[in-house]
Amino acid sequence: MYRYDEFDERFVRERVAQFRDQVARRLDGSLSDDEFKPLRLKNGVYLQLHAYMLRIAVPYGTLASRQLRQLALIADRYDRGYGHFTTRQNMQFNWPKLRDVPDILGLLADVEMHCIQTSGNCIRNVTADHFAGVAADELEDPRPTAELIRQWSSLHPEFSYLPRKFKIAVTGAEHDRAAVKVHDIGLRILKHPQTGEIGYEVIVGGGLGRTPLIGKVVRDFLPKDELLAYLEAAMRVYNLEGRRDNKYKARVKILVHEIGVEEFRKRVEEEYAKLNGPSINADPAEVERIAAYFAPPTYEKLPGDSKAYAAQRATNAAFAQWADASVFKHRIPGYAALTISLKTIGEAPGDITSAQMRAVADLAEKYSFDELRVTHMQNVVLPHVKQSDLFAIWNALREAGLAEANVGLVTDIIACPGLDYCALATARSIPIAQAIAKRFQDQQRQRDIGPLGIKISGCINACGHHHVGNIGILGLEKNGVENYQITLGGDATENAAIGDRLGPGIDADEVPDAIERLVDVYLNQRLKDEPFIDTVRRVGVAPFKDAFLAKDSSKTEEAEHAVA
Amino acid sequence: MPLLDRSGLKAETFARAENLSDAAGDVIVPWANVQAVLEAGAGNHRLGVDIPNNISIDEILPLVDRLDLISVPFPSFSDGRGFSLAKQLRDRGYRGVLRAQGKLITDQFAYALACGFDEVEPADEVFARQPVEQWLAALTRITNVYQRGYDGAANILDQRRAARAAKAAQVESKEASHV
Amino acid sequence: MSTPKRVPLPAILLANDLLDGDVVFSTGDGWTRDPSEAVIAYDDPTADKLEAHAKAAFAAQQVVDAYLVDVAIDAQGRPTPRHFRERFKTLGPSNRPDLGKQAVYRAL
Repeated sequence: MYRYDEFDERFVRERVAQFRDQVARRLDGSLSDDEFKPLRLKNGVYLQLHAYMLRIAVPYGTLASRQLRQLALIADRYDRGYGHFTTRQNMQFNWPKLRDVPDILGLLADVEMHCIQTSGNCIRNVTADHFAGVAADELEDPRPTAELIRQWSSLHPEFSYLPRKFKIAVTGAEHDRAAVKVHDIGLRILKHPQTGEIGYEVIVGGGLGRTPLIGKVVRDFLPKDELLAYLEAAMRVYNLEGRRDNKYKARVKILVHEIGVEEFRKRVEEEYAKLNGPSINADPAEVERIAAYFAPPTYEKLPGDSKAYAAQRATNAAFAQWADASVFKHRIPGYAALTISLKTIGEAPGDITSAQMRAVADLAEKYSFDELRVTHMQNVVLPHVKQSDLFAIWNALREAGLAEANVGLVTDIIACPGLDYCALATARSIPIAQAIAKRFQDQQRQRDIGPLGIKISGCINACGHHHVGNIGILGLEKNGVENYQITLGGDATENAAIGDRLGPGIDADEVPDAIERLVDVYLNQRLKDEPFIDTVRRVGVAPFKDAFLAKDSSKTEEAEHAVA
Repeated sequence: MPLLDRSGLKAETFARAENLSDAAGDVIVPWANVQAVLEAGAGNHRLGVDIPNNISIDEILPLVDRLDLISVPFPSFSDGRGFSLAKQLRDRGYRGVLRAQGKLITDQFAYALACGFDEVEPADEVFARQPVEQWLAALTRITNVYQRGYDGAANILDQRRAARAAKAAQVESKEASHV
Repeated sequence: MSTPKRVPLPAILLANDLLDGDVVFSTGDGWTRDPSEAVIAYDDPTADKLEAHAKAAFAAQQVVDAYLVDVAIDAQGRPTPRHFRERFKTLGPSNRPDLGKQAVYRAL
């Protein structure tokens, strides 16, 4: 993975000192509260409901074990012994004090980490496929591109006061695990159909929030070495023309929507044509320098699928079931990419204690070339483990309370922090996730239902990505009570789709029943081995809508049964 | 209002006026009047213009050779359009004075210079809290940046390239001396 | 002078401590982290006083995000915010009873 050189090191240290000075200037009145707020946000510091919150960048979700150990240390020394992985592959601490943040930033800099641009109206932390460098369907590792953009976007003199936040995601694989179509800019690495040259498909104007939109292709093929100049042109058009009169209409997706993708493309290309590309782009040697850090680790030459692993699976059903849910096929024979579920039934999705961080860091060090990934599903990945080590890892994870066999299943729920922490939230998310997970906790039943993504947001800003959940749940307030809207058919993959609302919102305690009714429709209607989302696509929303709206009649039926 | 550049406070030589006849010496006129002023001839006045920040630079470019100063407004520090306007004006050939005027804060000073501004005319209310020492100190915070094609702080990508070239030259000269 | 936008009384005034981030309650001339020590404004003059206190504390870089919250008064005379959002703010995360004010102070 990427390592800082002297320039990166100095840059991050200077940024720490700069923030320390910004805090001091807020305290002596030089900076007004209005002026300080965006400055602290651009360094990941929010003021939440109970306390400040600090969002730490995990660039493209890649972490080394020493970095995770440092996060554990910060959790113990400055927070309450736990952290929370977000849907954009970052980590959040919920209880830091502003007075401690400069020191925390210093500890992060010690392990080549920072909080730069994890919030604010600027280019945010760049995300990428969490199976980068692992997946067999990958054309090129997206992380060198993401790292190049991370550096280029850091403290950008022109693009640090944009109309609104700007999120970029990169994928290099056939299957989109980075949700590139619901980002402000999504980059898909591809081969030119004629020349075979590597470049990018550029997708602009996707996003969730108040106005969910699927991104549109503005460039079919951008040569790889032209990336930064093209991004500069696109960002300049957005910075100049994005709406600033209404913050709900300020994202680039609204600009693209209002002027049309053809007009947007035309304006970007016009600006791009006027730029002096070679004076902006990184030279090939620099791109190579970054790419070299992401060279594959030195794998052992293994004969193929591990016999020991097969034997352990055969004799231990619980292990086999866990492995079925958690193991992703590695491109190297005999290896596996292992997803560790942070969705233990009854716990808050994405939360991890400092002890668990250390346990996972130890496993990464011992079994996975010291490397970890954070997924936008709020889980953690050990990307390169030998199949023959899986049993030992499973045992260690069981000891750490991290062996829930539910990755990709109905209880692997994405949830934002919601009103339990977040100042913007209109309703809680975590207790809804906990209640649904409890309802479906039976292992056999989860496996029978199969892949099903539930995503919960505690407000319209959609940090829980509810629009692209196979089942989406949006928490709102109605007449002074928490109220939940349910959507169906969303998809964050290459088949990106926004879910349809099934009907009026329901109370919190009605949510698990409603989800169960939807799952029952699926179980009744599905063809053999047909996943939930495919059934929804085939049969349409109607039968699900009927079942969703049937809550009162089912209650009546129950009442009648009770009388009978 | 105060005026400062990268070396500190500087004297204001321009006066804002609707028309040239309203002032002696250097004048900044509103964008709406600049065409008429130019047609009448600027005479001995150095001419500046206040542009709106939602303008397309294509409207300004035909005039740039005849303008001594362009003042770009920042109605709020969170409105970053002025940075892009400055960068475009510089890249497309404007060589006169570029001024950022309005509610910028010290933390934006380096960005403004990097995008091609020469000077900042901060709002009185901001300058009362953020004196000139803070503006100058803000320029020393970040000494290296990642973006190529911007002014000011040393560029990291080019430094890396220079280091690579120096290393390659060293290897070459070593090889040559072995021959 | 009462503003037309003021929340219904009785109310308490809460804010976040600038340096610590903790939720704090106005006692009229100081700040407490214990919700049961919050001064309850039953009338506009008291509410005015709380708001003036908050304004001064904001100007002095002590607190941020200060506002009045309408409350119900229980049998012991203690205030409970009427809106669930503000109630959470006086308690802590509902999924973690071991954290926040609910873990330290008497429940309201």
